Amino acid sequence: MLDLALDLLITALVIGVALWTIRTRDDFAAIVGFVAYGLLLTLAWARLAAYDVALTEAAIGGGVTGVILLRASVRLKPVTTARTPIGVRVLVGLLCAVISAGLAAVVLLPVSPPPSLAADVRSHLASTGLGNPIAGVLMAYRALDTFLETVVVLLALFGAWSLTPDRAWGGRPGAPIPTASFGPLPLFGRLLIPIGVVIGIYIVWVGADAPGGKFQGATILAAMWILAMMAGLTEAPPIGRWRLRLLLAAGPIVFVAVGVAGIPLAGSFLAYPEALAKPLILLIEVALTLSIAATLGLLVAGPPETAPGTEL
Amino acid sequence: MTPGLMATTPGGLLLVLAVVVPVIGILALWLVRWRAIEWVAIATLAINLVVSLATLQAVRASDASLVYLVGGWMPPLGLALRADGIAAVMMVMTGAIVAVTALYARGQFGFDPHGPERRRPMVFWTMLLAITGALNLIFVGEDLFNLYVALELLTFAAVPLVSLDGSRDTLAAALRYLVFALAGSVLYLLGVAVVYGAYGTLDLVVLAEMRGADGALLLAIALMTAGLIAKTALFPLHLWLPPAHAGAPAAASAILSALVVKGSFFLILGLWFDLLPPGLGAIGANGLGMLGAGAVIVGSVLALRQERLKLLVAYSTVAQIGYLFLVFPLATGSEAASPFASLAWTGGVLQLLAHAFAKAAMFMAAGLVYEAIGHDRIAGFKGLGRIAPITVLTMTLASVSLMGLPPSGGFSAKWLMLSAALGEGAWWWAVVILAGGLLAAGYVFRILVPAFSTPEAPAERKYPVAPVRECAALVLAVIAILIGFLPLAPWPLLAIGRIAQVSP
Amino acid sequence: MSLAPIDAATLYGLTGAVLVGIGLYGIVLHEGFIRRLLAFNLLGGGVFLLFGVIARRGAGAGFSGDPVPQALVITGVVVAFCATALAITLIERLAAEDDANDGDGSS
Repeated sequence: MLDLALDLLITALVIGVALWTIRTRDDFAAIVGFVAYGLLLTLAWARLAAYDVALTEAAIGGGVTGVILLRASVRLKPVTTARTPIGVRVLVGLLCAVISAGLAAVVLLPVSPPPSLAADVRSHLASTGLGNPIAGVLMAYRALDTFLETVVVLLALFGAWSLTPDRAWGGRPGAPIPTASFGPLPLFGRLLIPIGVVIGIYIVWVGADAPGGKFQGATILAAMWILAMMAGLTEAPPIGRWRLRLLLAAGPIVFVAVGVAGIPLAGSFLAYPEALAKPLILLIEVALTLSIAATLGLLVAGPPETAPGTEL
Repeated sequence: MTPGLMATTPGGLLLVLAVVVPVIGILALWLVRWRAIEWVAIATLAINLVVSLATLQAVRASDASLVYLVGGWMPPLGLALRADGIAAVMMVMTGAIVAVTALYARGQFGFDPHGPERRRPMVFWTMLLAITGALNLIFVGEDLFNLYVALELLTFAAVPLVSLDGSRDTLAAALRYLVFALAGSVLYLLGVAVVYGAYGTLDLVVLAEMRGADGALLLAIALMTAGLIAKTALFPLHLWLPPAHAGAPAAASAILSALVVKGSFFLILGLWFDLLPPGLGAIGANGLGMLGAGAVIVGSVLALRQERLKLLVAYSTVAQIGYLFLVFPLATGSEAASPFASLAWTGGVLQLLAHAFAKAAMFMAAGLVYEAIGHDRIAGFKGLGRIAPITVLTMTLASVSLMGLPPSGGFSAKWLMLSAALGEGAWWWAVVILAGGLLAAGYVFRILVPAFSTPEAPAERKYPVAPVRECAALVLAVIAILIGFLPLAPWPLLAIGRIAQVSP
Repeated sequence: MSLAPIDAATLYGLTGAVLVGIGLYGIVLHEGFIRRLLAFNLLGGGVFLLFGVIARRGAGAGFSGDPVPQALVITGVVVAFCATALAITLIERLAAEDDANDGDGSS
């Protein structure tokens, strides 16, 4: 009963915050509302016993997405727009309500027994050497999805870089940050970053067998890198630097190399020889973690804004 | 379960190559020396063309789909790739148009192998390869979520091409496009969730065997179709297309208009003819047909009113997409043994092919016109035929196909659809097809008449254009014409390995 | 087919359904791009929650949920972030262009 009351509270808050995010006139307030929404969803995922997803939502859905939205909010001027006529609003509202009602009907009238691949996942998990079933899905059964996802992430970065002003091509990512070489931020950074890096690596490492994994761990590593940049402890490398590009591409390269090696060694693209499955998967995860952390960090930093060699 | 469908077939590895080769090309592009990037891209696209031709050959030779189980895992747990006849045809179309576009785009965007690295060539070649890989995956993907990833890959590759120029207007067009595309993706994903909740699998072949007339499946297909329509720019969700396609550089417009919108259309075809239980789609199919008819009329009328060539060509895409959606009522209403053996099915595919080649040629020609005379205002086209004869010939041939005059791919497509409509007694679709053809004649003659006229003061060619680029555009226009010499009958190749046909 | 029990999964499922409606309303009716982007993310959260409910109901074989939909959500969250990052960068660049143009206009 207490559990249900807690769930009722969380769902009421999620819906309330979502409504507020849509209704408020102030863009900044809406962004704050959205960050709160991400935190509440993390709770919801934990209540659904999906701890891997809860970690992902906390790190990416709420975390980095919030950071990037806040980055935009300081730069954008508030836009005042005319309100749509009431008739249109009612019509759109009705249409949305119909879709919600259809989905609610699907939720309330489930197929029984509920379809699930849990048993299939379980029966083949041993051959992958992994203990975490979600890692098994991501790295073995649906490895093609994960491989392409890393390409999507990379492409999003190239897409963001495509918005670089021509004169700034090859420069350092992001707006020039006035470095704070003294004060609380560098001190805070020096203390926090080692701890964060350890936590990030730990989350990747345990992800093979327990909730965690490369995306979640990489996000924490990326956050530490961003913090280091903000604290003036390090600078983002220029986007033209070859070693940076190798770092970004390393994950997909290792993934595709292991995948292709699977054709002669295990009979199929993205298949692992059984004896080597776990070490190979860990190798891919390490390479992906580095690449994804770098990509996410650079996505948050934004495209270069100053020409190469003219930074502060 | 039909065992033949669920095992890797000989030649199945080609499907992996079709997806992986472009990705390797992208990775290489960012790691090789600047002066080599064009060669890396062109080599990748050449390999891709060979792979797609080999796929088509293998499908024809075996008279069955190619299948590959990735990682050796069987669906529903694993992911399968699958190329049937129509997918193989789409892959060859994509491979050919992308390869010719690469020849057209070589040396463009301020590429100087001896200068410093520049933004626009890096972005263009990266995104061209990404679009190739994403489209290949859309054609051969069999898992609805895997296809979602492919759709997102396609979006992320297409949007930066729209704003390659970097001007304010193109940025706004790219952003509008992105908003439509993202809304479309999330609706599609919503449908995927509903399907998994009802069936516990996302594999199209497994689903086709399990499908029943239940509300969840109908809701899912409705949501996914709505999302994909936004991405295909079907009327009335077409508003993003003209500024996006007209604002991109010509080589990019050619790819966006000829190929990218066809990716999401291809998925709608799969949903309606493989997943929707037969007999349930009549109302929906007529609805899609009506939107298509609206697109044909509204797109053509708006094209008639444009002052600039590229916008005119972009509105023509809105209209030509409309024809594609006439396939839904015509193929479901047909009395052929299966929709895939119907006149309308072949007509629809021919329309897709002919439009792809003609439209790519048209956009490339528009780019060449711009380079030759420094603008693309139709009012200033007098005497263009004298300055740029090859380009005007290209525009003429492409226009013949767009109008649907014989002999051309556009004629064959419209003829087959017209026959299907009259055969089914659905004269109202025939009226739309004919009206669309007349309106198309109206807008292309607006370009061609001044271009062929002899001006009092002949316009002057401002800049030289490499003949290889003019020829690239011409080759595509000629192919659009040659498609018209295929037999005017249902094409057996297009029925090979359709899911709904092989599973009872 | 019978009515689902009123448990946590059903409750979150209904929440997901409502969030989809709210997000869709925002995408269609908001005019500012940043607000549309927020609505897109609200809608995405609802869709992911529906996947989560399906996963929860598919618990079995010793797992607290069907791992496949959970894995799909993890992939989906990452892809949605990428979309948001790309859109934000575009919005910022567009705003910068507008600022520059305003500057030209006043001088």
